[in-house]
Amino acid sequence: MGRRETLVQSQSGAGGLQSLPALLHRNATQFGNAPAYREKEFGIWQCWTWAEAAAEIRAMALGFLEIGVEKGDHIAVIGRNRPAHYWSMVAAQMVGAVPVPFYQDAVAEEMTYVMEHCGAKYIVCGDQEQVDKVIEIQEKVHQVKHILYTDKRGMRKYDHSQMNALHDIMAEGRAGHHRLDAELDRRIAAITYDDTCVMLYTSGTTGKPKGVVLSNRNVIESAKNSADFDHLTRGEDILSYLPMAWVGDFIFSIGQAYWCGFCVNCPESPDTMMTDLREIGPTYFFAPPRVFEMQLTNVMIRMEDASPLKRRMFHHFMAHAKKVGGRILDGKPVSFGDRLKYALGNFLVYGPLKDTLGYSRFRVGYTAGEAIGPEIFDFYRSLGINLKQLYGQTEATVFITVQPDGEVRADTVGVPAPDVEIKIDEKGEIHYRSPGVFVEYYKNPESTASTKDAEGWVATGDAGFIEEGTGHLRIIDRAKDVGKMADGSMFAPKYVENKLKFYPDILEAVLFGNGRDRCVAFINIDLTAIGNWAERNNIAYASYQELAGHPRVLETITNHVEEVNKSVAADAMLSGCQVHRFVVLHKELDADDGEITRTRKVRRGFVEDKYADIIAALYDGSDKVSTVTEVTYEDGRKGAIKATLTICDAKVQPVAQHKVAAE
Amino acid sequence: MLDASEGYITEDGRKIGGVVMEMKNITLRFGGVVAIKDISFDIREGEIRAIIGPNGAGKSSMLNVISGFYVPQEGEVWFHGKKRPAMRPYEVARQGIARTFQNIALFEGMSVLDNVMTGRLNFMSAGLLSQSIWRGKAEREEVENREAVEKIIDFLEIQHIRKTPVSRLPYGLKKRVELARALAAEPKLLLLDEPMAGMNVEEKEDMSRFILDVNDEFGTTIALIEHDMGVVMDLSDRVVVMDYGKKIGDGTPEEVRNNQEVIDAYLGVAHD
Repeated sequence: MGRRETLVQSQSGAGGLQSLPALLHRNATQFGNAPAYREKEFGIWQCWTWAEAAAEIRAMALGFLEIGVEKGDHIAVIGRNRPAHYWSMVAAQMVGAVPVPFYQDAVAEEMTYVMEHCGAKYIVCGDQEQVDKVIEIQEKVHQVKHILYTDKRGMRKYDHSQMNALHDIMAEGRAGHHRLDAELDRRIAAITYDDTCVMLYTSGTTGKPKGVVLSNRNVIESAKNSADFDHLTRGEDILSYLPMAWVGDFIFSIGQAYWCGFCVNCPESPDTMMTDLREIGPTYFFAPPRVFEMQLTNVMIRMEDASPLKRRMFHHFMAHAKKVGGRILDGKPVSFGDRLKYALGNFLVYGPLKDTLGYSRFRVGYTAGEAIGPEIFDFYRSLGINLKQLYGQTEATVFITVQPDGEVRADTVGVPAPDVEIKIDEKGEIHYRSPGVFVEYYKNPESTASTKDAEGWVATGDAGFIEEGTGHLRIIDRAKDVGKMADGSMFAPKYVENKLKFYPDILEAVLFGNGRDRCVAFINIDLTAIGNWAERNNIAYASYQELAGHPRVLETITNHVEEVNKSVAADAMLSGCQVHRFVVLHKELDADDGEITRTRKVRRGFVEDKYADIIAALYDGSDKVSTVTEVTYEDGRKGAIKATLTICDAKVQPVAQHKVAAE
Repeated sequence: MLDASEGYITEDGRKIGGVVMEMKNITLRFGGVVAIKDISFDIREGEIRAIIGPNGAGKSSMLNVISGFYVPQEGEVWFHGKKRPAMRPYEVARQGIARTFQNIALFEGMSVLDNVMTGRLNFMSAGLLSQSIWRGKAEREEVENREAVEKIIDFLEIQHIRKTPVSRLPYGLKKRVELARALAAEPKLLLLDEPMAGMNVEEKEDMSRFILDVNDEFGTTIALIEHDMGVVMDLSDRVVVMDYGKKIGDGTPEEVRNNQEVIDAYLGVAHD
């Protein structure tokens, strides 16, 4: 009903702002002196205003024309978050080309498929490392016409007949602007609301990655709706550090940034992210649960080393924050005394702590991608940090459900985002329809048809339900991962894995048991947390492998598993998923080995095949297993590690099976 | 080709210039022990020159002779076409020679940034008074030098430890900080004493890349001592091989690899 109206309205209301170049032009003319981009380089935050950024982007677009980029060409962008890389995407749109950001840490072999699939003729590389990969790929994929690079270091010796520094083609573009201006303006004017804005590859938990085509409409409508939902203004500052190939980064650092006109800050290097976060103090922040977990772990470790007075003060006021902090943030009634004490705590503990974490200006922020541990979530919220959860997908241009202010809980993912409709089918799978729904999977009509129906409903592949009363969505698991145990009870691995992963000592967990009589698990320890614990307890270790197999580590993990079993047993529907036996793996599950995706999601089927020998040992009752595992180094070379792993038994709680069957 | 005094072009297209430093018949004794016996070789502008040899061959002594720390009893050191007299370390530094040490010699309590800044000493001339009130020349100099140092920090990718005290760094990073400090002096000749000792494969690869990049970007002439044969052969343009204080080989990595005397020294043949 109202939906179509809003669509039409916003289309005209946007005043012809139907592409990112149009938004850029608006920002550069309306508030040209406001900061648009910052990047820390040589120890100083370098800044570009909207007017300056617009000039840079235009020069880049002219340069693209100069080297012969045609309308409809694909331009791949492979590099870390830098203003020049963001600019190259918008410059690509200006000349009618389609930007395709890649995961920069992917090895050449992995990149080949995506490169070939999108047929990119022009590649923007961050540095020599990426150029080398592209050259390696070129042996198989011959489509590449021109390679551009941002960082000139080490590039002098390369054959430059089909290669150029991005900076140099910008200079060429500027020099040739009299000749090229008319053509560029013609191409910018030709962009429509339904032209492709960007193509993003899904990380591919199963099978090959798919190229999700998003139109200007998808991106701008989603950016507009979400910005309205959280009242984002052009005063926001964000830190862009998440992979550029991920849809979230595209929406926050380009979509919303251009719609609202706020400033995008790029860290100096991936290793300085935490320092840069503190220096910038973003007002709007986005991070996967891992970042929050890591920060909390660091805070706790540092408090252990603090003086007794500080430690007591910290624990005392944190206990108070836990009691009332979340309620104050949600605007619920809190007694005057408690508010006064919270204010004192804010002065003594919360304020300084938020400053150290880089959250003193934090107005709104999200975590998504994985479930976040309730303790972690509550910790940040009790400090007065408005951290919320959302549920989204590349295919939805991020937003499916979001948590409105005042209705934030750790166990739900919120209510449907503005203009999003949701329905749950008879199998429990979540479907949605919204203006953000993707156009198609590139060169893959079968997958498009099987994911998106004629009416525009998209199947998420996630199982969940809408909570009675509140209307909040709760996610159970990936629909295809939900299975049945041998006795017919429900098997939902994610549910148990998340409970395990909420322990700081456990980095990753994988549960097996579909079609079997009991569940077993793989566990990865968290080296930061366990390493620190080992140091404090005088436990010497030479390698990850040795620490992972240390009897006292196994003892600790066994305790965690048994606690999880207790809590799982309390859930009548899932009590069959208790972990009977488990093994602490000798290596971290790694994207380079294909065990997890670049966005750190476990590729269950792959792991199950690769470690079949360990799983067999978990079920056949043996107490040790010897295994050889192939590993891939960062440069793509392969090696093997041998290990003998101890299999641990965990106590399980008795299950009332018949009750489950009877329901 | 190597004999042409104008220099030569390497396989990867770098131009190597004329001789910058020449060691003529160097002999160095410590009491009765002869550490270096009648060794001659040269270092050309822009090249990566390695000195290799088994333990106790006299490599570090040789590097100390080049750096001017040891004065040989016999022989002459010629630098930029002039015979070099015995000098104090700061005089050597002023001549454009910088070095790193086998056992890291950094100021442990200072931050990485401050350590690298010390490498700029020769570019600062503000007096005590100006420094203490930090006005005028002192301020200007600090800004200029900080900028130069930041470029090196960026180049060696140590931004994340800029403000970290050196004592808290792992070994591999300390080595990199030492290299940064040496580079801060903008040396014409850079001496590296076992830059890869005690590193794992990945750290060695990183360090090799930095050495090559330094040579390529700044055109710095580099003389290095290294144990790891593989690394040396990949990195250097020419190699001097020492054994028991004597020079037993000199040439391109290929030539040295096929030299029978070198093979014997490394595989271990009984000495008379």
